[in-house]
Amino acid sequence: MADETRTSGPGGESSGGSESRGPRGGGRPGGGPREGGGGRKYFRRKKVCKFCVEKIESINYKDVRLLGQFVAESGKIVPRRLTGVCTPHQRRLSTAIKQARNIALLPFAGRA
Amino acid sequence: MNRTYELMFIVRPDMVEEELDKLISTLESVVTSASGTVKSVERMGKRRLAYVVRRFQDGMYILLTVEGTGAMVHELERRLRVTEPVIKFLTVRVDEEQKRLDKIKKLRGERQKRPTAPAPSAEPAGAGETAAVTA
Repeated sequence: MADETRTSGPGGESSGGSESRGPRGGGRPGGGPREGGGGRKYFRRKKVCKFCVEKIESINYKDVRLLGQFVAESGKIVPRRLTGVCTPHQRRLSTAIKQARNIALLPFAGRA
Repeated sequence: MNRTYELMFIVRPDMVEEELDKLISTLESVVTSASGTVKSVERMGKRRLAYVVRRFQDGMYILLTVEGTGAMVHELERRLRVTEPVIKFLTVRVDEEQKRLDKIKKLRGERQKRPTAPAPSAEPAGAGETAAVTA
């Protein structure tokens, strides 16, 4: 077993080590609890949920202007860590966007 | 037992007004024959579609709010599927959402009334709380 792994050992180990130690995928600031070692703050910017602040209760698939604020140029739904929307509103927002896409009020894919 | 549904459908843009009226009246008759009620018919006009649907770039949007059973909606959808000028439709059930919104509005109204009239509302609330604690 040792003989088999000897050749791939040094090369494999170094690449494996760097991969596992560095932040995975989105190592962006405000990544939350994972950044505890560096002494970063828990949430970088105090972004508030637009719906909670303005007390918008109903997120309808019909108001395209409101929904369009949470959709990227490519037509993708923007994740809530970027918009600061709270979880229940994000869920309702995403169902509304999907309904709007079905009825051709919003595109499935804009560009790229 | 009657649920409220919102039925939005898109009709091809080169459709004549009277044909559209005929289609809407057919749908309304389906609703009334299934002992439902048509709450409103809203023509949202011609809009540009976000993507090409059956080689059309624009379409006339119509919103139909009805009250009825699921079987009635099934029949309505079947008719829309068969009708040639209708290129897309979407049915959404809205009575649960409406109930939730009404509840929020009622709570808001009560909350506004509470600072002006604390005495009458505090008594039954206090009695209720103590009763809950003892029970």
